[in-house]
Amino acid sequence: MTSSPDIVLEALDICKSFPGVRALDKVSLTLRKGRLTALLGENGAGKSTLMNIVAGVFKQDSGDVKLAGETVSFNTPREAREAGISMIFQELNLVANLTVAENIYLSREPLNKLGFIDADKMNKDAADLLKQLDLAVEPTTPLSQLRVGQQQIVEIAKAISCKAKVLIMDEPTSAITEHEIEVLFGIINKLKQQGVAIAYITHKLEELVRIGDDAIVMRDGKLISSAPLKDLTRPEIVQMMVGREMKSIASRQSPELGPEVLRVEQLSLKHPQRVNDFVFKNVSFNVHSGEVLGIFGLMGAGRTELLESIFGLHHRQVAGQFFVNGQPVNITSPQDAIKLGLALAPEDRKSEGLVLGMSVQENASLACLAQFGKMGFTDLDAERQLADDIVARFRVKTPSVHQTIRNLSGGNQQKVILGKWLANKPLVLLLDEPTRGIDVNAKDEIYKLIHELAAEGLAVIVVSSELPEVQALTDRVIVLCEGRKTAEFSRTEATEESIMSAALPNGVEKS
Amino acid sequence: MNTPTLPAKELLAKSQSLIALIIMVIAISLLSDSFLTPDNGWNILRQISVNLCLSIGMTLIILSGGIDLSVGAILALAGAVAAGVLKNGIALPMFDILLQFSLAGAVVIGIAVGFMLGWFNGFVITRFRLPPFVATLGMFSIARGLTMLWTGGFPVTGLGEDFSFLGTGAVFGMPMPVWITLALVVLFVVITRKTRFGRYLYAVGGNERAARLTGINVNSIKIWVYALGGALAGVAGLLVTARLDSAQPNAGLGYELDAIAAVVIGGTSLSGGRGTIMGTVLGCLIIGVLNNGLFLLNVSPFWQQVIKGLIILIAVAIDRINANDQER
Repeated sequence: MTSSPDIVLEALDICKSFPGVRALDKVSLTLRKGRLTALLGENGAGKSTLMNIVAGVFKQDSGDVKLAGETVSFNTPREAREAGISMIFQELNLVANLTVAENIYLSREPLNKLGFIDADKMNKDAADLLKQLDLAVEPTTPLSQLRVGQQQIVEIAKAISCKAKVLIMDEPTSAITEHEIEVLFGIINKLKQQGVAIAYITHKLEELVRIGDDAIVMRDGKLISSAPLKDLTRPEIVQMMVGREMKSIASRQSPELGPEVLRVEQLSLKHPQRVNDFVFKNVSFNVHSGEVLGIFGLMGAGRTELLESIFGLHHRQVAGQFFVNGQPVNITSPQDAIKLGLALAPEDRKSEGLVLGMSVQENASLACLAQFGKMGFTDLDAERQLADDIVARFRVKTPSVHQTIRNLSGGNQQKVILGKWLANKPLVLLLDEPTRGIDVNAKDEIYKLIHELAAEGLAVIVVSSELPEVQALTDRVIVLCEGRKTAEFSRTEATEESIMSAALPNGVEKS
Repeated sequence: MNTPTLPAKELLAKSQSLIALIIMVIAISLLSDSFLTPDNGWNILRQISVNLCLSIGMTLIILSGGIDLSVGAILALAGAVAAGVLKNGIALPMFDILLQFSLAGAVVIGIAVGFMLGWFNGFVITRFRLPPFVATLGMFSIARGLTMLWTGGFPVTGLGEDFSFLGTGAVFGMPMPVWITLALVVLFVVITRKTRFGRYLYAVGGNERAARLTGINVNSIKIWVYALGGALAGVAGLLVTARLDSAQPNAGLGYELDAIAAVVIGGTSLSGGRGTIMGTVLGCLIIGVLNNGLFLLNVSPFWQQVIKGLIILIAVAIDRINANDQER
């Protein structure tokens, strides 16, 4: 390979195996000065593994990483960072109770002559960095007071302060608002002008038009394509990612609506810290049997909290009324909610939806264990039957129902969660970001399942921050903005523009 | 994903404490002639029965994601109260009544004292969200103090032959404490493996929030776990008292640490949700065989402590390595 001066980093024929999985099979990657290289592929394609190797988190089994033409080998992320390679992980690596400046200079604090931390210099340097990145917060603010998008910019500040030549970002836009995305893209373009080479993992192809230069597409640990983005079309990329033509999302017919099953009136949730402030206020809506109701809002709009409040969490801070099948009811705990026929699939499957160390079968039966078995004993045969049924009906891909659920893909985990609730025969299914972190094909399958369930008479409430998802999935959409219901649209009225303009806070310019 | 090599490795990881025990038994029996005799076998089993009793409760508590530092102190109080009511009864001066207790009554009172103090642990932990470490540290001090108040600092002795039979007697050649702990082991193996409570226990320890969102009454499970841990400490208190035919005010000092050690050596994860009663049985056996073997080999008791400490570290280190493999 010819060594051109604008090549900052090269990874050559990288191989990496984990127990039972060949995660990377001879994958090569070139990052060039001032250019953004997108890493595309389904979940499990090996993108994150490759980046973790470049950033010194994992060690490759074979292959070389060259930085500015020199072969390098990092034992720790710290060594990589000192050499100029910084990685911003999807789960940000920041300490919540330290200040912004302390986070930026963590483990590299400037010292004064006596060997103590020079806080003045640290705060001043941090202020300069923050100004460069247009982040209007004081360096002495505790990190915990920042929003996720702002925290991400702190991570970038940290990377810049290390004089990063290579910046790796793993799905940086998955948890931030549209406005914060704009800010982030501005910063990315600025960094590119300064000559930083950027590797960027994403699922959102539409973002790349704005910031991308090159792309590599991976599938099952193999490199499928490496080319400038302008030579690739969207259908080509998608086809390379999935390995076959992508089916379009099943279009939804207007359903037969049954009677109203859940109505929420004037629901408010007090802010946990700020007195006289609300997470959401006076939100009212209803949902019918057979209907899929969407709740759209940007980060911080109160979507997740709204679902949680309906499900009996935070009940001490909640005011408002619930009606199930027209009858007023009290919901003060998840147990109450479940008894009334509600079911919740939470946003964060791993930390809230599943017991990862348990098997598929044990997770599947957890919500309805009380239904079978006598005298407090579990009926293992009935449990096994239930798990088999769920695996068959939802086409869960698992070697056996005794497989630990940690080893399943996100899509299959989500199917088990859906199955676990359906065994309880609920009236209303509450889904919080049902396809977060799930790859394109599995997404489609989950959508179909949700539509099937609605057709069987279930009322479904879907909270989502992805517009295409809301449009594909729902019959009716309500939009939240900063804790208030700002609009309600029927399926035909719900265009991207109308929903987004209702979701954006007043005074924030739309670009 | 499953590969052919994994199950063998998993099996090895699961049976590591059994393998360690077998190696120890073989090694010690090669070094000492008096180790592998029936008498010494019963001896070891009788010696571990108190620790095993506490460790069963500790396993439940650690499986639920908690810890209990008060079981040794509860053991002392339960033993002292049982001994006191058996010997002296309870005087109720305002009614001019002296309540006398039968053996069975004293046993029930001893276990009930343990149950109630354990229940209080669980109540404080769930109601006021205290970390279990702190809540049970408080109970440790409370129960120690109450024991001193109850006994005035003096041992309660002369409890009668019926009572000491529980600690020193034997039925069909098997010592009573071994019968009792064996029954408890069977009971709690069934509870953890076959009942809903057992399943919920693993779920709460594995992922408390997910368990709550699934409709499991997490607080109730936790309160029961601590109450059972307390009740088992009560049983252990009865065994200790019966064996010595006397309730010592400072009985069970440091026993909670031995129990935690046995649970950990038995492969139960301190972060909760993973482990078994049978693992804990092995953990107790390893500690018991080690103490006994080193004694027979005339190793200084101080070295015994050092070696026990090293074994704990090795056991947990191996466990961590296996866990990391599993999670990649």
